[in-house]
Order: sequence, then structure tokens, then C-alpha cells
Amino acid sequence: MKRFAAAIRMRCALLLTVAGTATAWAAPPTDSIDQRVLPCLSCHGERRVDLQEGYVPYLYGKPAGYLYNQLINYREARRRHRTMEYMVGHLSDEYLWEIARYFAERDLPYPAPAGEPVSEAQRARGRQLVREGDPARDIPACQSCHGERLTGVQPNTPSLLGLPRIYLMAQLGAWRVGTRRAAAPDCMHVIAERLSPQDVQAVAAWLAAQPVPADHAPAAEPVAEPPLECGSVALPRP
Amino acid sequence: MRRKLLSVLVLFGMLLSAVAAAASPEQIERGRYLARAGNCAGCHTAPGGADFAGGRAVHSPFGTFYAPNITADPDTGIGRWSVEQFRQALQRGRRPDGSALYPACPYPNFTRVHAADIDAIYAYLRSLPAVRQSNPPHDLATLASLRPLMRVWQWLYFSPGEFRPDPAKSERWNRGAYLVEGLGHCSACHAERNLLGAEDRESSRGGLVQGWYAPSLYTPAEAGLQGWPLERAAALLRHGKAGDASTMGPMADVVFNSLQYLDEADILAMAEYLRSLPERPAAAPGRRIRLSPQQREAALALGSKVYGEHCRDCHGEAAQGSEVAPRLAGNRVLTMDDRTNLVQIIRQGGYPPSTQGDPRPFGMPPFHALSERELDAVILYLREQPGNP
Repeated sequence: MKRFAAAIRMRCALLLTVAGTATAWAAPPTDSIDQRVLPCLSCHGERRVDLQEGYVPYLYGKPAGYLYNQLINYREARRRHRTMEYMVGHLSDEYLWEIARYFAERDLPYPAPAGEPVSEAQRARGRQLVREGDPARDIPACQSCHGERLTGVQPNTPSLLGLPRIYLMAQLGAWRVGTRRAAAPDCMHVIAERLSPQDVQAVAAWLAAQPVPADHAPAAEPVAEPPLECGSVALPRP
Repeated sequence: MRRKLLSVLVLFGMLLSAVAAAASPEQIERGRYLARAGNCAGCHTAPGGADFAGGRAVHSPFGTFYAPNITADPDTGIGRWSVEQFRQALQRGRRPDGSALYPACPYPNFTRVHAADIDAIYAYLRSLPAVRQSNPPHDLATLASLRPLMRVWQWLYFSPGEFRPDPAKSERWNRGAYLVEGLGHCSACHAERNLLGAEDRESSRGGLVQGWYAPSLYTPAEAGLQGWPLERAAALLRHGKAGDASTMGPMADVVFNSLQYLDEADILAMAEYLRSLPERPAAAPGRRIRLSPQQREAALALGSKVYGEHCRDCHGEAAQGSEVAPRLAGNRVLTMDDRTNLVQIIRQGGYPPSTQGDPRPFGMPPFHALSERELDAVILYLREQPGNP
């Protein structure tokens, strides 16, 4: 009960933060992280995310460790994207960690999922991969690492919800061909290699059609022992 | 007897080479510092790749060079090179087989570096783990791919020789000249190159690098530091930012990966030397499109609108700048003839480097979505602001 009350208090605090961010959008205080991330917001800001046509992912509320790993991966060219590599190419670990926490600590409501036409078979295959995986091909269920609610798990596993379908497909493709990599061991590369192109389409379509629950905070811990070991970079020393 | 003598000789020889190869920790540490000053990793370490294992693509008008592996691996790196061969490469542009290096490696600068410093870099590279990594062969235009022609190039354009201090100048000035002209290889980017890729050391123009313009260090209208206070010039080099001047693009990489690690004395020396470079008049302006009075008026109106919508909040009503964004009126990126960097900064945005002096730099948002017309108009509008010459 006590825990529940604390959670409610935290939500309220978050909502206040959200309201504060929204009104302060035009002119954040000068010497602030809000001012410093303005270049990021020109693509990742709340007004720019388009789940129908878009490609740019929503960063708010994702685990800070996950976001930090991605920023470092861009800087070290393990993950390839011309603009992202350029933006973070000469920023320090400490600064990137601060930027990662900025997005992790804020929460904004997600837009409704885009309804895209998919066949019943595709929908079923997508759901199966997410919920049960495909043991015959050694493909673990998405939820075994990303959480039962698919909203991610602290500290390094991202939410899979609220992402555009083509973004999800592009990421799985990039893991397969090696233009998106992570610190070793790169578990998602292993999984992406086991997925067929049809699987990629099915899983992306299913995920993109799921609504984001109102409480979409990442889970504190995984549901069970993760099926694969996943690498991540060490956080900068405080 | 002969056999005994032979084995003694062999032993003696091994001992000698061991003595020659044994590098002191001080020499290795010095080599590490000098490799930073020369930003060897800038080309020889691919982003996210193993240190000095090469593989980074360096694009040029002659094709794409892939920086070689300079770790101690005997087959794919320079593990078989003697220190003398390493010196020959850096000071003479010669590979161990006698063929010429491509001047993509800035040996026309490195030839100025003292042998003792080259030896220290060699010792440092040998102290690192050898990495077995073959890199793609250079992908060059037909003529450029004929390596023997590089000997002709060297005969035409390359004048080898170690740096000789100018006794009329201060020790600091000489140290700065040594670093700027030698290891720092500033001219490799900041000097205009002729059709055959040789630096034109008389030109008042800079060079093109990775889609950016490396402005000339010889004219205050571009990146010249003549007339700057020493401390300010040093701050720009070391922190990547000094007042309204900041480094962006490839120069931000140079500050982030190299200059911010240099001793204060060396940075001050480089600043002093750069401030003393003889001033050259700004290059004659390139051709500009002539606008009719109506076109001009329309463009200025559009430029003012774009400025008001996207730029004014940070750069100020009259482009005077603010705590979070530099002054644009009179800013050299606007006033210099070449607009390459201006277009890059508006289109790509970006951050100056995180450094000790500016650990959390403010950045510029990218404006990918501006049309060509809007971009031209806002540039015209800014160039016409009072405060610009």
C-alpha cells in the first residue's frame, strides 16, 4: 500500500514535470539541460513524433542506461545514422549520460498507435513471437527481456511500444546486417539473424499496433532469467 | 671455433637489438602524448574500432583512402618495420619497399618532426596490443592508383627536412611553429590544394575537408588568429570555444580528440605561432548571383521571416547572440566569402566539442527541412545585418 502511494506520488510529480516542460518549451531557463537538449528536440520532441509515417523514435521515459548506450553506440559508430553520429561525435561520456537522463526522467503521453492493415495470420505470428517466441528456431519471446508489458526493464532494456512500424523493421534489419550493434555480447544481433523477413514484418506490425498503457514506466526487474546475455557499456563515474 | 664466434656474435646482435627495442616508460608516455598532438587516431582508428588498427575511409578528390593498420601486427600492421623504416615513412614519405606513400598521410608536415619524437611515437605504437586487421585497399581514380607516380609527385612538391628553429624568435614561438607545421599538420586541411593535391602555401584560401571548408589561417577574415589576445586564441584551440568563436564539424573533432589533451604550454605556443602568421589579404570574392531589386527585397523579406521563426529565440533580435548561442553579426562564418560552413551549420546543426573549458556545450538544432530558397534568403538576410562588413 505504501509502495502504491509512493508510485502515485511519483506519477503526480512526473505529470507536473510534464506540464512544466510543455509550458516552458518556448523558452527554457538559460543554463539548463532543457536548453542544452533543444537540438535533440527538433527531431525527438513531442510534436515531431509521427507513428503513422514517422521513423524517429520517442525517447521519453526509456531507461537511462538504454539511452546512454545508444548515444555511445552512435559516437563509436556501432550504430549508424548520419545525423546521430554527427550530433554526438564529440560529446563526452558525462554529457551524454546527462542527456540520456533528461529523456529518461521525463514522461509525455504517447500518441495512439497507427492502425495498419495486417492479415490475421501475420497478426497471429507477430503476437506469438512477442509472447511465446519460437522455441523450434531458438527465438526467445520479446517479453522475456522487454518485460511482460513490453514497456522495457531497468536499466538497459527499452520499451517496444509507441514505435513506428518502419522504425521497428529497420532496427531488426540493421541488427541483422550489422549497421546497428551493441556492446558485446550483442544479443539482438543473434536474435535478428534467426528471424525471417516475414517474422520481422509480423513482429513490427503487431508491436506498432499496441496501445501504450497509461503507466508505461519500465519494469524494475525482468520477469525471469533473460534467455541471452546482453552487453552494455559502463556508466560514467559520478 | 668459428661456430662459437658466430654464436657470440649472434648473441651480441640480439642483445643490441634488445637494447634498441627496449623503450623506457617515459619514452612511451611521450609517444602517447605526441600521437595525440598529431591526432594519428583521427585517421588510423576507425570509429568504434581497435586503436590504430586503421580502416577509416578518408575521402579525397582522388578517391577513397583507407587508413592502414599501424599496430605492431607483423602481417597486417607495421610489426616488421624497424624504427629507421618508420622514420623514413614519416620524414621521407617512403615505405619499407622503397615505394612512395600517398600524401593522404601528411608526411609533408611530418618531415619537420624531430627523429627523437618519431622514435617515441614508434615506441608508443609498439607498446600497444598488436591487432590483426586487414583493411580495404584504397579505391582511387585510375591515374592516382599508379603508386610509382607518387615519386614524381614527391619530386614536384615535396621538400623533406626536419624543423629548424629560427634563432631570432622566442623559444615558445619555435615550439609553436614546430607543432603547427609538423605533427599538428594544420595545413593539411587549412591550406588550399592544387589540382594534384599539393598544398598551395601562398594562397589566402583554405581547403575543403569532409564537406566543410577549413578556413585559411593566413587571413583574419577567415580563421586567422592575427590580432587575437594570446589567451583567447589558446582557449579556442584548447576548449573549442572562445567567446563567439566556436569549433564545429571536423575542427570540433580535432579539439575533442587531440588539442584538448595538450599541455597548456604547447597550446600557448601554437596560439603564439598562429597569431604571428603573416597576414594575407582575403581572397577575391567568388561569383555571386545578381538579384534584381525586387528579387532582393523578396529574399530579404523571406530571410527575415525565417530568422524570426527559427533563429531569433537563441541568436537575438539583432543577431547579437545570447548566453546560449553565438553572436552572428560580424561572425566570420557569415562574413567570409565561402559559405560552405554556414550551410553545414544551418542544415546539420551540431554541438561544439565537450571539453574541460566547455563540458556541456549548447548546440544548434539541424534545419533539414528548410528549402533551398529559405536557406539562401536567411543567409542573405544575415549577411546584410549591420555589423557585417
